[in-house]
Amino acid sequence: MLSYAVRRIAMACLLTLFVSFIAYSLIFAAGDPAAALAGNASTAADADRLRQLYGFDRPIIVQYLHWLSGVLRGDLGTSLYFDQPVATLLLERFTTTARLGFFGLVLALVIAVPLGVVAGRWPNSMVDRLALLLAVVGQAMPSFWFALLLMILFSVKLSILPASGTASWQSFVMPTIVLGYFSMPAIMRLTRSGMISALESDYIRTARAMGLSEARVLFDYALRNAALPIISLSSAQFGFMLAGSVVVESVFAIHGAGSLAWESISRADLPTVQALVLCFSLFYVFFTMVADMLNAMLDPRMRSK
Amino acid sequence: MLLNVENLNIDIATPNGSLAAVQDVSFRVSKGETLCIVGESGCGKSITALSLLGLLPKVAKRTARQMTFDGLDMQSMSKAELRALRGDRLSMIFQEPMTALNPLHTVGRQLSDVYRAHRKASRREAKERAIYLLKQVGISNAAQRLNQYPHELSGGLRQRVVIAMALMCEPELIVADEPTTALDVTIQAELLRLLIDLQKSFGMGMILITHDLGLVSRIADRVIVMYAGQVVEAAPAAELFTKPSHPYTRALLGSVPDPSYPRMKPLPSIPGTVPSLVSRMEGCHFFDRCPLACDACRQPIQLATIDKDHEARCIRVGKGEIRRKVVA
Ligand SMILES: Nc1ncnc2c1ncn2[C@@H]1O[C@H](COP(=O)(O)OP(=O)(O)O)[C@@H](O)[C@H]1O
Ligand code: SF4
Ligand SMILES: [Mg+2]
Repeated sequence: MLSYAVRRIAMACLLTLFVSFIAYSLIFAAGDPAAALAGNASTAADADRLRQLYGFDRPIIVQYLHWLSGVLRGDLGTSLYFDQPVATLLLERFTTTARLGFFGLVLALVIAVPLGVVAGRWPNSMVDRLALLLAVVGQAMPSFWFALLLMILFSVKLSILPASGTASWQSFVMPTIVLGYFSMPAIMRLTRSGMISALESDYIRTARAMGLSEARVLFDYALRNAALPIISLSSAQFGFMLAGSVVVESVFAIHGAGSLAWESISRADLPTVQALVLCFSLFYVFFTMVADMLNAMLDPRMRSK
Repeated sequence: MLLNVENLNIDIATPNGSLAAVQDVSFRVSKGETLCIVGESGCGKSITALSLLGLLPKVAKRTARQMTFDGLDMQSMSKAELRALRGDRLSMIFQEPMTALNPLHTVGRQLSDVYRAHRKASRREAKERAIYLLKQVGISNAAQRLNQYPHELSGGLRQRVVIAMALMCEPELIVADEPTTALDVTIQAELLRLLIDLQKSFGMGMILITHDLGLVSRIADRVIVMYAGQVVEAAPAAELFTKPSHPYTRALLGSVPDPSYPRMKPLPSIPGTVPSLVSRMEGCHFFDRCPLACDACRQPIQLATIDKDHEARCIRVGKGEIRRKVVA
């Protein structure tokens, strides 16, 4: 397991490095950053001055290495708009978004997994049909629409939850529900199909032939096998939620990483955008790695590869 | 009488209708006795075996006039009662060792789980029991094997582990469904030998499903021959091999003691052999392939006693019938 972990971490580091370079370069591929920064009403001379000021005239690889050395020292530069170190800005915004994503994922798992297990154990039962209905509705309904419905019910009609902001824990309730409901259907369907195929497998038949209890068969033998893809999917869903939280953050007026990304892209706040892209990819790589490690802990075949 | 099954019927729901996969199959197994079930693929041997443990797939429905294990009515048992029986007094070995074990748990864990499902035992005791059984099934360095996972073992070793699992609680009856068919031919004989030795030393009754007629002749006390869901012949082993009566049995044995007996086409050369049972066949199931078929064979044929403990399902069998018809 240890050697697997070491290899996996090394791979994650390389991947991060690679992704960060691609991300860094892409920003230049999108157009001339100096011109974008200078704005429409500027002259070529203005852009030139900015180009030199920010070092855009140097080769990309040099700029990237310069930026990377800063990153490694914890210096992500200063936001061109907020007048704040990007690191400070990011920490604050990312904490909010990560919290939202975490609660959303936990909520999704808490609902999706038990529902998927029951639906998979008793396909076509009442619970299975209800779960399917819930999943279809969840997949069909746009997040912003669901958010608005919740808002109308809980904030406007019942006045029990704040409609926006992050002032109290109550403010997180509706955004968490929206995000959770967003990733619930996929996890639920995967749990269901995983349980169905596990329960049809030969090793479950063996376990039953040996008289193991239904609980052991269901949870320790079947669900454990079904859990492998669920873990991978959950980590991917977490990534989606971080990236996709833009909608939820804007509907509920939450100042998170999603809204920061939106703002800085529209204002060509390059240091912030670059740092955000780096953070998003870091998160993605990190959670994929965590998922792989969890899978390796559960599945000896992965460890021995 | 350890196991008594009378008129077992299994219907399988298929998209094309109901399949009468097993029809009126009856057999008995006493303590320490060996019953062999033989017959071509698809004739219903596996589902007969699975039905004994209540492990049929959902699409299959079982009915029986009687089904008792050591006097206990298996049909009226609750799920919990049946579960307590399985793996403890009644156990099973499957055909496919590569997939029969849970890939995520160690061998030791899976063996212990079986023991602890039926006995109040600490982890230590279960582990010792597991080591003991691995030794019994001929696995060297048993203690280290406990920590291995199924994918680290060869097919032969996995099947030994499955056998160890089935024997953890010293069952009184073991059902072995073609336990070596999926394995390399070089180790088949060795593993069967082991199974039979263990059966003797544990004093178990055994239902062995196999294609190996040579083996059957050596170890079986009683044999049932199945064809297309029905028992076509049932007899004590010695009698079956000396006096095979049903045309199908004779073809299977390939030995035609009576030169005047017409030969059936060799079994493997007939494509689409075992008839589909979706449309319930009225007359003899073997009709299309039988060299002795005649119009009278189109009516339902009953399993008839032709000698003491010897039954066959053929209108031409019994009291020298075959000989007379053929010679005439
Ligand atoms: N799960 C199932 N679904 C549909 N048909 C099945 C299923 N299992 C077995 N059968 C059918 O039942 C018949 C007997 O199968 P089986 O008991 O496996 O035969 P054997 O073990 O003698 O080769 C076959 O015709 C097979 O197609
Ligand atoms: S009943 Fe007729 S068709 Fe069937 S095995 Fe006997 S002789 Fe052949
Ligand atoms: Mg079979």
